[in-house]
Amino acid sequence: MREALVEVVDLVKTFGGLVATDEVSLTLHQGEIHAVIGPNGAGKTTLISQLSGRLKPSGGKILISGRDVTHLPVAARSRMGLARSFQITSLFFDFTALDNVAIAVQASRGHSFRFWQDVTTDEAIYGPARQFLSRLGLEARAQVPAGDLSYGEQRQLELAMALATKPRVLLLDEPMAGMGHDESAKIIALLREIKNDYAILLVEHDMKAVFALADRITVLVNGAVLASGPPESIRGNPEVRRAYLGETTPKEGGVR
Amino acid sequence: MTLNRRLIATALLLVGLGLIPIIAKSIGYLFLLTLFTRIVILAIAAVSLDLILGFGGMISFGHAVFLGIGGYAVGIAAHHGYYSALVQWPIGLAASALFGLITGALCLRTRGVYFIMITLAFSQLVYFLSVGIDSYGSDDGLTIYKRSTMGGLIDLGNKTTFYYVCYASLLLCLFLAWRIVRSPFGRVIQAARSNENRLQVLGIATDRYRLVAYVIASTMCGLAGILLANHTDFISPALIHWTRSGDLMIMVVLGGMGTLFGPVAGTIALLVLEEVLSTITEHWMIVLGPLLLLMALFKRGGLSALLGGRKA
Repeated sequence: MREALVEVVDLVKTFGGLVATDEVSLTLHQGEIHAVIGPNGAGKTTLISQLSGRLKPSGGKILISGRDVTHLPVAARSRMGLARSFQITSLFFDFTALDNVAIAVQASRGHSFRFWQDVTTDEAIYGPARQFLSRLGLEARAQVPAGDLSYGEQRQLELAMALATKPRVLLLDEPMAGMGHDESAKIIALLREIKNDYAILLVEHDMKAVFALADRITVLVNGAVLASGPPESIRGNPEVRRAYLGETTPKEGGVR
Repeated sequence: MTLNRRLIATALLLVGLGLIPIIAKSIGYLFLLTLFTRIVILAIAAVSLDLILGFGGMISFGHAVFLGIGGYAVGIAAHHGYYSALVQWPIGLAASALFGLITGALCLRTRGVYFIMITLAFSQLVYFLSVGIDSYGSDDGLTIYKRSTMGGLIDLGNKTTFYYVCYASLLLCLFLAWRIVRSPFGRVIQAARSNENRLQVLGIATDRYRLVAYVIASTMCGLAGILLANHTDFISPALIHWTRSGDLMIMVVLGGMGTLFGPVAGTIALLVLEEVLSTITEHWMIVLGPLLLLMALFKRGGLSALLGGRKA
């Protein structure tokens, strides 16, 4: 079996008395999309925040390529190949779309203690930046300030930036939230196209997207893993249906 | 096109400043030269503040402390009989950089209003230190009997020569700032102002970059302090007082934050306004205050926004 790129071992996160992450273990492999689903408040974003280094776990371990990164800061983990997109859009809103991707490209090219080089005309940065932008279909919007883009476009820009850092691991926190049908279809196609090059953790509410993309699904409920396995086994798992999938139909929800 | 307009405006402004000694002489109004020497020097300080405040989003309310450190380096060296610029200036610059490094490392651990307060606190600390040290004049300040010497090559005692030394320093600082702003480093600084958290997720440890920017700005302002002490032939704690830091902020905001045209234009505007209004009434602040208020309310981008276009 292929070595895991990311390994999470017995991760625990408590906020006071609230257990947000309850001994969660999971692995991410290259070429695999691992979806994490669960009802609101199940601890999905908390999990991603701990993986990216934004939150410090209360217990357990996180390994990237076998190296313990549990106590490394955000920037250091990013340099090890971890990229994250945010559930709440996080961009440089006063920069143009192109400049947003350009700074991501710049970040992937080592340190920026270069004081004398003119970045505004640097093809080594703007060439790839334009490529990533057009990969997400945003080339026509290159000169628009990120703050003036539509919400769906901002989500796409977010993904373009994550890809531009040349990561090995992608943590995608609801990349399709707020997107129209066509836009999310485009993202699904894109993720399927690129997934061989990355290990992807996908948090997503759109079940159609999840079952269309995921190679493995982990179901979180109240911070703990309820079930984990290939999509077919999750779909057929009665506990999961009761706890989560069923909640979308009011009748079964009422029975609980 | 708007970018060109700003470039032309900046060039015109700088050419105009270069002609000041000739204009002053031809109209026999030598006082103009003294005023503009002061303007050019403080413009250096304003440009340095704009690097961290406008471009970097670090709202320092204690920037005048570096005017003081540069100034006191000259004054104290002269007091002990060291007049050579080769001694005075490197000491002034190094002391400013070092103080910027140490206090910056502490201040930059905070954000927002805490950063404003802690930079103010450090400058007031130095202010009271300068008030307290009797051997260097305490409250009364220290008269400098001889300007920095440059091995007989350049005579800073000559007003026109001194003006051009200050002018050249301003051009140098503007050029440095212009290069920095367009460099990968400058990009990081501006992106950190916009969304620091996102930048960290991209793998950039923002703290180091912000600290280096802070040290660059400190050193640049130290240079302004060195020149200012030579200009007034006198140093006193007033150099460091928080109102002076406030003046520098007003210059930057008035001219337009995050532009290079802004701090220069803002310095000229503030000091000329002060000069003109104070001949009319000693309560010139009563006019200046509302003017600033209007600017803040209706023309956020300052004077440079009057030129139109986006920030460049």
